[in-house]
Amino acid sequence: MAAVSQLQRQFIEYTTSLYNEGYLDDQYTQLQKLQDESNPDFVVEVVSLFFEDSEKLLNNLATALQQKIVDYKQVDSHVHQFKGSSSSIGAQRVTNVCIHFRNFCEEKNLDGCLRCLQQLKHEYIQVRNKLEGLFRLEQQILQAGGSVPMMESICTSASTMSSSGKLSA
Amino acid sequence: MGLKMQGQHHLVAVSLNEQQQQMESKRKYTWYIPRTNQGKYLILWIIVFGYAAIHVYRCIDAGHQERIQEGLVSMCDQRARMLQDQFSVCVNHVHALAVLVSTFHYYKNPSVIDQDTFAEYTARTAFERPLLSGVAYAQRVMNSERVDFESQHGGTIRTMANKEPSPHRDEYAPVIFSQETVSYLNLLDMMSGEEDRENILRARSTGKAVLTSPFKLLGSHHLGVVLTIPVYKSKLPPNASVRDRIEATAGYLGGAFDVESLVENLLGQLAGNQEIIVKVYDVTNASDPLIMYGRQTQEGDPTRVHVSSLDFGDPFRKHEMTCRYLHEAPISLTASITAVFGYVIVILVGYMFYTGTIHIVQVEDDFDTMQNLKVRAEAADVAKSQFLATVSHEIRTPMNGILGMLALLLDTDLSSTQRDYAQTAQACGRALITLINEVLDRAKIEAGKLELEALPFDLRSILDDVLSLFSEKSRNKGIELAVLVSDKVPQIVMGDPGRFRQVITNLVGNSVKFTEQGHIFVQVHLAEHSKAVQDSKPETCMNGRSNGHQWKTLSGREVADDQNSWDKFKHLISDEEFMFDGNNSQNVNLMVSVEDTGIGIPLHAQKLVFMPFMQADSSTSRHYGGTGIGLSISKCLVELMGGQISFVSRPQIGSTFSFTAKFTRCEKNTVTDPKRTPYDDLPTSFNGLKATVVDTKPVRAAVTKYHLKRLGVLVEVVNSIKTASGQPDMILVEKDVWLSGDNFDNPFNNIRVNGHALKQPKVILLATNVTGGELDKAKAAGFSDTLVMKPLRASMVAACLQQVLGTGKAEQGKGMANGSVYLRGLLCGKKILVVDDNLVNRRVAAGALKKFGAEVECAESGKAALELLQIPHGFDACFMDIQMPEMDGFEATRRIRMMEREINEQQTSGSTDGCCDNRATEWHLPILAMTADVIQATFEECQKSGMDGYVSKPFQEENLYQEVAKFFESKPATDC
Repeated sequence: MAAVSQLQRQFIEYTTSLYNEGYLDDQYTQLQKLQDESNPDFVVEVVSLFFEDSEKLLNNLATALQQKIVDYKQVDSHVHQFKGSSSSIGAQRVTNVCIHFRNFCEEKNLDGCLRCLQQLKHEYIQVRNKLEGLFRLEQQILQAGGSVPMMESICTSASTMSSSGKLSA
Repeated sequence: MGLKMQGQHHLVAVSLNEQQQQMESKRKYTWYIPRTNQGKYLILWIIVFGYAAIHVYRCIDAGHQERIQEGLVSMCDQRARMLQDQFSVCVNHVHALAVLVSTFHYYKNPSVIDQDTFAEYTARTAFERPLLSGVAYAQRVMNSERVDFESQHGGTIRTMANKEPSPHRDEYAPVIFSQETVSYLNLLDMMSGEEDRENILRARSTGKAVLTSPFKLLGSHHLGVVLTIPVYKSKLPPNASVRDRIEATAGYLGGAFDVESLVENLLGQLAGNQEIIVKVYDVTNASDPLIMYGRQTQEGDPTRVHVSSLDFGDPFRKHEMTCRYLHEAPISLTASITAVFGYVIVILVGYMFYTGTIHIVQVEDDFDTMQNLKVRAEAADVAKSQFLATVSHEIRTPMNGILGMLALLLDTDLSSTQRDYAQTAQACGRALITLINEVLDRAKIEAGKLELEALPFDLRSILDDVLSLFSEKSRNKGIELAVLVSDKVPQIVMGDPGRFRQVITNLVGNSVKFTEQGHIFVQVHLAEHSKAVQDSKPETCMNGRSNGHQWKTLSGREVADDQNSWDKFKHLISDEEFMFDGNNSQNVNLMVSVEDTGIGIPLHAQKLVFMPFMQADSSTSRHYGGTGIGLSISKCLVELMGGQISFVSRPQIGSTFSFTAKFTRCEKNTVTDPKRTPYDDLPTSFNGLKATVVDTKPVRAAVTKYHLKRLGVLVEVVNSIKTASGQPDMILVEKDVWLSGDNFDNPFNNIRVNGHALKQPKVILLATNVTGGELDKAKAAGFSDTLVMKPLRASMVAACLQQVLGTGKAEQGKGMANGSVYLRGLLCGKKILVVDDNLVNRRVAAGALKKFGAEVECAESGKAALELLQIPHGFDACFMDIQMPEMDGFEATRRIRMMEREINEQQTSGSTDGCCDNRATEWHLPILAMTADVIQATFEECQKSGMDGYVSKPFQEENLYQEVAKFFESKPATDC
């Protein structure tokens, strides 16, 4: 029991640090909310989709930027894709790099684009590692027989109240 | 002077005009003011007074000229007189010489005078005759006597012209005696000179001194005259005839006057010599005056001449003296200054009249314009009133529908949360209706036609309603908003709930608007009680400070009104029996105060606070909005309610508005309307429960206690959880207490030690606003139960308690459902198509929509979507990503709409044979854009291409709900 609670605490701390350091944002919370009994692996599923998608996109981007004549339109659409998927899972830092990337695309700044690509790769790998770590922790908790603490359960009531307030206002 | 009077007249006239115009609304003017051509009048004025000024100048100048003339006359006369006197002195002396000659030369025999004697005598007496260059005596010698004479004197008689021996004549007048200066005259015949001869003849016939006309004197360049006096042999009677005189004539004494030197000397002695030019003329022949003195060329001032006649004792000769000023008389300074100054003054006065007139005309014109504008404004006001009436009617009709539906909804079986939402909606709707009525009533208030209603109402629930109106705003700003009604205030009072609510709403609304941090605290006490406490505790009033840095107020910040200190407050909320005389009376005087810690009111603006449309300054209204009419209406209303409104405000610290209002006590039996019973909406299931409130701030604790008390919960307030005693059913903890207190890391453990595991109290966190970090911390500390967001309201607290206590086990799942209950209602069972090329996005969107009970199908491109949407299809809505390769969202939407149009047209054309259902089957699939960047341009494009709206991506519940509600609102939420 103690091990579980320790794991739980560790999990909470880890998650909190992810939020605080900006790896994840509110959208990830929303994603978590969508997960319920009927759909127990929703988050993992979506996140793995994101990983696959991202790796494909990163490859595409690298190829596109190595061309003699760089097709910025194509690069931009890849980055747009990346931005969309990263913001969907709440990978905030990746999204932010994508925004910069698109600016460079608009300027047709090859150096900037290449720099951004490196940055993007870096951020992606980081967030992937973090999320994988998070999932590992979850698995450990589940295996130990505990339940994964929901970050949001605590403010259920708060959100109820606030939405009532919003609607009445 | 005149102008001023005119101005006053004008004022009177205008005020009269005003009255008259009000009476008959006709244009009238002051009649004596020229309405046009003021410029011409001004010029006329200037010209007329120009002539007047010239006239004045002339009048004054005439006197001046006269004085100048007088000066000339007197100087001239003086000179003439002196000249005459000197002349006559000389003449007299020559006379004396004549007498001398006759006496000593003729009467004595033999003669005692010879040439030497005469020369010496005359030389010695020459100073007596300064004007005479010399005198000489010529003896009368008849032709018969010539030879004797010549022999006696040893010379011949010569003529004057060439000094030759004289030719034969009847008579001669050779000079025998002469002064030394004229010794060359000796034996010259005086009768040979034309002038002298005439003179001699005239002199002997008149027996008087005679003068020649002026001529150039011998031996000198000066003009001169010669004086000749006859000397008789015997004494003549005074009436002797001319013949006798000629007979008796013995000789002639003559002298030459040097007139030029004479006058020169004379003038030299006189003052003012330089100023005038003097000329002396011989005017014996009036037509040809001969000049005796003065240069012909020297003219001087030609305008002023004075002529004085001179009498040199020779009646035959006439002399005169003309005087002129050397220079022209200077222009009279006085006259010119007077005239110019006078003229300038007159011009100024004229100009003043001119501008005054123009001003008057302008003011009258303005007045007229304003009169017109006023008429138009009044017309506009009438129009505005009509517009307001129409619009408010138009708003009220649908609002009544909404309220009716809400009432019906409330009658159905609802969960407590749903009930709370619906009630809030209803309350807000009612408030809106009331506000509309208030807008209309404003006119009534201003006209003094407002009448207050007398209805029984529960002011606590009204205050809760008002708070709920502002809860969102205050929460966003992080302001603590609280209400507290004293226990001594009756549950139900008779009065006008709408007006009371209006005043409170206005005051709280202002406070919320102007407060950025701190608190807003509404208190209601009995006026008598409040006053009594205030009177009895005057010495403690200043001690609002507690530990030096904290103020004992709701949020711990300083407030404007020290009177609302904790000391006083303690007494107000204490349970001790308060006795006052009016306890049994029908009247309830309430004292309501609204305290905030906002920006306060600047001192200079404090007087204007209750004036309509006044805000502290224009930047305030720019910054905070609002018209500033609210407080003036509130003031009217409070006065109508028999009370007074006042405020205390300190800039940067806050304001406290307080007002009193008179209500009447309501008998229990009059409350027959079940809807108005106070606890109608407050559940009674909590009666008798025990609660512990952990709070270090007494005022805030009192507020929490007040709300719980209304629910029938017994409350104990403690400073920290450790001091809690007994066995509470719930523990309410303030967020800051919990955050700051180390003694609170694990409340569960403490409680568990104290009590039984079975009766574990629920811990509820109270907070104004929560940041993410704090939320995490709460979670970490194990706060799994609940968190109540302020402002507290009895109904909300009740709902929360119900959730915490009643449905503890199913809490988590249900809480989730509750949060999105509306969406669930809307989306449940709907078939929705999600179009997005991004796999992750698609999956997330689908997951979210599924969550709300929708049936979701996905398409990864616009083309795929078009295929799926071939009519007929079973989709209720479509969420479409905008940026997609090949076919973007706009294009896809356009094609879908085209498709729909074709089908619809076919249907319409096909329905001519009598099918009437075609309207219901008209195809229009709601298409919502999903977009990450929500900018206006995109939104417009969405609409252009036929989309019905857009949602931001990733989904936000609020936004999704708003958009979806547009299409599905009419459809009742089916159960799923």
